[in-house]
Amino acid sequence: MIDWQYSESIESPEIVSIKKKYTNYIGGKFVEPKSKKYINTISPSTEELLSKVPLSNEQDINSAVKAGKEGLEVWSKLTPNQRSRYLFKIARLIQERSREFAVLESIDGGKPIKESRDFDLPQVAANFFYFAGWADKLDLSWATKSLKPYGVVGQIIPWNFPLLMLAWKIAPALATGNTVVLKPAETTPLTALLFAEICEQAGLPPGVVNIVTGDGSTGSLIVNHKDINKIAFTGSTQVGKLIQKSLAGRDVGLTLELGGKAANIVYEDAAIDQAVEGVVNGIFFNQGHVCCAGSRLLLQESIHDQFVKKLEKRMQSLRVGNPLDKNTDIGAINSKEQLDKITDLVNEGVEDGGELFQTQCELPGNGFWFRPTLFTNVQPSYSIAREEIFGPVLTTLTFRTPEEAVEIANNTEYGLSAGVWTEKGSKILWTADRLDAGVVWANTFNKFDPSSPFGGYKESGFGREGGRHGLLSYLKASS
Amino acid sequence: MGNIKTFGASMQWSNVLEMVHESRIDSVGLNERVNSLATRSIKKDSKLEALSMVVSMCDLTTLEGEDTEGKISQMVAKAIKPNPLDNSVPSVAAVCVYPSLVGIAKEKVQNSNVKVAAVSSYFPSGQVPMESKLLDTKYAIDSGADEIDIVINRKAFLEGDYRKVYDEIVALKEVCQDVHLKTILEVGDLKTYENIRKASLISLAAGSDFIKTSTGKLSIGSSRQACYVMLKSVLDFESETGVKAGIKVAGGIRDAKDAIRYLVMINEEMGSDWLNPESFRFGASSLLDDVLKQIKKLKTGAYQAGYYFPRG
Repeated sequence: MIDWQYSESIESPEIVSIKKKYTNYIGGKFVEPKSKKYINTISPSTEELLSKVPLSNEQDINSAVKAGKEGLEVWSKLTPNQRSRYLFKIARLIQERSREFAVLESIDGGKPIKESRDFDLPQVAANFFYFAGWADKLDLSWATKSLKPYGVVGQIIPWNFPLLMLAWKIAPALATGNTVVLKPAETTPLTALLFAEICEQAGLPPGVVNIVTGDGSTGSLIVNHKDINKIAFTGSTQVGKLIQKSLAGRDVGLTLELGGKAANIVYEDAAIDQAVEGVVNGIFFNQGHVCCAGSRLLLQESIHDQFVKKLEKRMQSLRVGNPLDKNTDIGAINSKEQLDKITDLVNEGVEDGGELFQTQCELPGNGFWFRPTLFTNVQPSYSIAREEIFGPVLTTLTFRTPEEAVEIANNTEYGLSAGVWTEKGSKILWTADRLDAGVVWANTFNKFDPSSPFGGYKESGFGREGGRHGLLSYLKASS
Repeated sequence: MGNIKTFGASMQWSNVLEMVHESRIDSVGLNERVNSLATRSIKKDSKLEALSMVVSMCDLTTLEGEDTEGKISQMVAKAIKPNPLDNSVPSVAAVCVYPSLVGIAKEKVQNSNVKVAAVSSYFPSGQVPMESKLLDTKYAIDSGADEIDIVINRKAFLEGDYRKVYDEIVALKEVCQDVHLKTILEVGDLKTYENIRKASLISLAAGSDFIKTSTGKLSIGSSRQACYVMLKSVLDFESETGVKAGIKVAGGIRDAKDAIRYLVMINEEMGSDWLNPESFRFGASSLLDDVLKQIKKLKTGAYQAGYYFPRG
């Protein structure tokens, strides 16, 4: 019997030149941190040191916010059409350099190149194009001219889609006339710093986009800065709550996009093979580092065994390994810290009594890796059914009737996304109507479009990103 | 239920009906999966291995009114030694001809391991009475055919008479006995994925050893999507009955790159158990030459003109 192994097919890393040390990007200039301190950024797939980036302190944040205020003077005096043109230019430059960005994203963050190349970068460009189009049509968006930009917006983004989250934040903020101080995640700062070069290439006026790196303390300095007008945060619910507390009583706008524990409901009358694909995509996309991941599989009891058998077989064909190999389906876990968290939760699931299935794939020696994992025989009370694992771990629950499916799906503190699988249209609508989730996908999962608003209910946050609603997150009513 | 003899039938009619009625396919999701498998990057050694597999899985085919004994002799020679200058290139799996030419083909393959397949049952339309289909098939087998490629009754299928489609295949399998039976669904006539799945299940249940996409006589031949529907049907049928059938894709597969995409799909969806000529075949006329050129290119770096390769 032939065992056909695919030879390595590596996307060349040579297109990217990573500097030994980076600076902040403030007021249109690449400036050394006044803190004189740096943090290391490593490749999660090899644990090699890639570079050092500033650990920005209070003085650095002061300069960045000050630059943002100065930038606002210029930016707000431009015509909407001029702002639009800058955004279009950024979008085109990203397209031109998309391979470079994709490779860097995979090196720094660990995601497979096929995703950074075919998902992240096209989406990044699409978001800039989309909001570039809105920039000179804002008076058409909400039929009122009393909406004004906040001013200087502090933006703190996560490590799962580093450049895409930057695009989700910066594009609408700039389109609505704000300027930004953006802090990329501690473990994935490099594509944001490369984006600073794009701003320079596009000739963006100084101070309109300011990028500062650092850790949680840096983020806190931005949130607590007296001259910041709005905070937009994507990350954990825990940190989101801290930010909300810090801002209480201050005239600072806030939008939060936080955690999730989405239900992916598969009814017995679904197209089973496509549902298996959708469930796999729902949880194993981007190593499961997705806030809207379909991490709870809700199976109708009548198809449980057949579905699980097909799912396990499909999971075995997932290829885990080098993110730069074009045939890799699942890359590296983003950090040691995240790997530990996933491992702990999975161990807890086993102790609680969940039945564990993991694929047989070989894992590389260095770096942070976790096998695609499926839990069956799980009760809704187990922590693996309640807590956001943020890794390639799927938890299966069962239901008997549509009513019960909805009840289990909503039995969570989160409400970001959900999936419904059935070939019966009326059942899709009935179910979607009753789910407390910001986005409900039917017979598909993890689909994004810049024109579609994204955001959560309950502890998954508030405010919307994308679409016409996404503009509102950066505009406030003025008298 | 009629009193049919069931030499080859693998599943009773009532069970077939149940499976057929469960056919639900989401075309958007299916296309997405098939397209995503097409992004696999097959390079270097794995590519050479794939190309060699493709050659060994080819049914080198000529099905024209103009076919003569001379033409068949040329093709058989090429089937046995696709590239006389490179002995590492294997023989193809079979040659595929009309029944009247089985005798000469059989004579020419001699003791090579190339099989002779005949299309029968009034290929490609199948629009004759059952008696004629049986006679056509019996003639091919009596002439020495190792494999028989029949067409399903699309008239009956599209009229909703699934039972007739099933019964006819059962009867033809009875004529075939041990002779390998490949049943052509003609996916270009069936159009929808649900139809392809239904026809697959009916054909498998009736005892087909292989299900095959197309006759190659329509402008819509094989597609990776159709193959995906068929392979899922084969897997589901196996899990239901334990019977492992094979798949042949034919019609419109013209280059090595496309052929490799089929192999990737078989490899990842079915597993390496199916990566051999006993389980997977390509019906091909022009595909083989492109594969031979690609093998040459991988080995020497030179992409050679067609006249470096013998015609078949």
